Amino acid sequence: MNAVKNGVRTAFIALESLFDRVFGTAGNPLYHTGALGFFFYWIVLVSGVYVYIFFDTSVSGAYSSVERLTVAQWYAGGVMRSLHRYGSDALVVVMFVHILREFALDRLRGARWFTWITGIPVLWLVYVAGIGGYWLVWDHLAQYVALTTSEWLDSLPIFAEPIARNFLDPTALNDRFFTLLVFVHIAVPIIMLFVLWLHLQRISAPRYNPPRQMALMTLGMLLVLSFLKPALSHPPADLATVPSVIRLDWLYLTVYPLVNSWSALGTWAVVGGFTLLLTLLPWLPPLKRKPAAVVTLDYCNGCTRCAADCPYNAISMARRSDGKAFEQEAVVDAALCVTCGICVGSCPTATPFRTTAELPVGIDLVDQPLRQVRERTQQAARRCAGADLRVMVFGCDHAVAPAALERHGVAVVGLPCIAMLPPSFIDYVLSRSLADGVFLTGCPESECHNRLGVTWMAQRLAGQRDPNLRERVPRERLATCWAGAVEKHKVNQELDAFITRLKPLPRLGPAQLPAAAVASPETSTEAVS
Amino acid sequence: MSAFLRIVGRIAAYAVFGALVGYFSDSPAYTWFPADRAQIKLSFSHGANRQADCRRRAPEEQAKLAANMRTAMDCKRERRPLYLELQVDGVVMLREWLAPTGLSHDGPSRIYRIFQVSPGRHRLLLGLRETARADGFDYRRDETVVIAAGQNLVVDFRADLGGFVFK
Repeated sequence: MNAVKNGVRTAFIALESLFDRVFGTAGNPLYHTGALGFFFYWIVLVSGVYVYIFFDTSVSGAYSSVERLTVAQWYAGGVMRSLHRYGSDALVVVMFVHILREFALDRLRGARWFTWITGIPVLWLVYVAGIGGYWLVWDHLAQYVALTTSEWLDSLPIFAEPIARNFLDPTALNDRFFTLLVFVHIAVPIIMLFVLWLHLQRISAPRYNPPRQMALMTLGMLLVLSFLKPALSHPPADLATVPSVIRLDWLYLTVYPLVNSWSALGTWAVVGGFTLLLTLLPWLPPLKRKPAAVVTLDYCNGCTRCAADCPYNAISMARRSDGKAFEQEAVVDAALCVTCGICVGSCPTATPFRTTAELPVGIDLVDQPLRQVRERTQQAARRCAGADLRVMVFGCDHAVAPAALERHGVAVVGLPCIAMLPPSFIDYVLSRSLADGVFLTGCPESECHNRLGVTWMAQRLAGQRDPNLRERVPRERLATCWAGAVEKHKVNQELDAFITRLKPLPRLGPAQLPAAAVASPETSTEAVS
Repeated sequence: MSAFLRIVGRIAAYAVFGALVGYFSDSPAYTWFPADRAQIKLSFSHGANRQADCRRRAPEEQAKLAANMRTAMDCKRERRPLYLELQVDGVVMLREWLAPTGLSHDGPSRIYRIFQVSPGRHRLLLGLRETARADGFDYRRDETVVIAAGQNLVVDFRADLGGFVFK
């Protein structure tokens, strides 16, 4: 499974890298597949409402009403019908790209299983709504869809009377059945909206809308397509005949030819098996979860920053339970925590200047506490101590591998997310002369592995979000580079440029490191502090 | 990458996406049914007689039953299976026992079957047995029909209309 995942990931990284150059990281559509899905949903909804106004929900009137809309009103109704179809088709495409990408980036295991699993019903609902829509035009394609769908459903032992008998001959169908179909076609997307709400429950600040420029270009593309190749009907349905050639919408009716030429039950096995595989993927293999972040009430003042910054809604605020004079305390839901450490970076007690050797923090990671980050920072300072110019790199493990950036004069500290680093660490490095400059690397701005880490970090550095980077930190000694995992060349280029900018600046002098830091980091930290 | 190349790249990316969506929305064409063939769709839903005839209960037999169960007639729920046969131009296309549906086998027997035939004149022979008789049919229809290419000839069964119905 990992080999497949890595293969798909490599393909995505290559494509994303190309798209980054063309669209820029902020406008890269591959980073907005979920939001684009929503965007197509709204296009389909709005165009569907327009089409419905002119649609006749009767067996005899359905086809002619759609034809009138398409031909007599080609400039409005025809375009709306085309937008309705192509928006639905585009929705299927971005939905599968979204699924494949989240799979490739391993965003489905551990605490993320819920978001993955709740996406699967959406997949089914999109197909039910889309296929039902083709039924309503009541042309040859609708006849094909109606008969194949009902024969396919009849292969399951759940319907007493075969549904396909509703389509035996022209007299078998009635208007009431059509009204039922219209109801289903409208109700399913509404249900889908509810499931989408569930889908987004465990992530905070989800992106519902793509960037404006992307939305405009996407809408423009659909409009051009609608004018160049308007959606047209087949000849009207006639149950006394069997249509021969059908212009299938392969994006929705992919498996239908299997029902006709192979086996109805076999096709159920294929789609059921695919659904089962999707359902099991979060546990293939199960993720060895790291212990969740822990709150130490002695150091938690209930400031709410960690709850506000957590990208997965894993932290909530509860009434104070220890009798201290604060109203609230942070509570971590271990089932939702992905141990990204963003909460640690937001905590006001997370500062390396503190004198205690253990460096207890209001909220901290168990397997990689802030104390270790401070120790590793000090060790990194030692590694580059002999160089003329020293640069300390703090890098996200999910972006360019931080270790790959280490060289003479450049020491690296890796983190699960760049936003785990409290800005006070930058102040600490520079004020204690541990390096002459600090360089931060992380995922592309709109594609943070932990969703919001890069955004929060950028806001903290810009003084727009607590905890801020202190005024006294010389900004010319700080640089950031947000780039994808394969953009090592870009990061090295930016790092070289930063070193060039640092060269004319005065050196900050020998590092004020604790003497015994290597042997016993805890006690040495105490000495320095 | 220059601004011009970026614009060209964006247009190309959207054009490729639009072309993919536009193409697969109705292409390639799929042949569902050969244009030079016709089909006979045999489908009906019909309940055969009960497995056993109803029997009148003796008064003392009724008295042993609970008050709400004291009906004069004792009728078994199970229906007989239907025996169905279809011949086209003397060739047996279908010869099958259709079991009654339902957990208690008291529902109607059902069939939905499609047969492809060449267009033209065909002699259809249909037979249905629903009673305990050992051979022969309770309902029978022998008919010559002319079927056009692409036509869907439906054969239904309606006991109230006298048997097999062609539509």
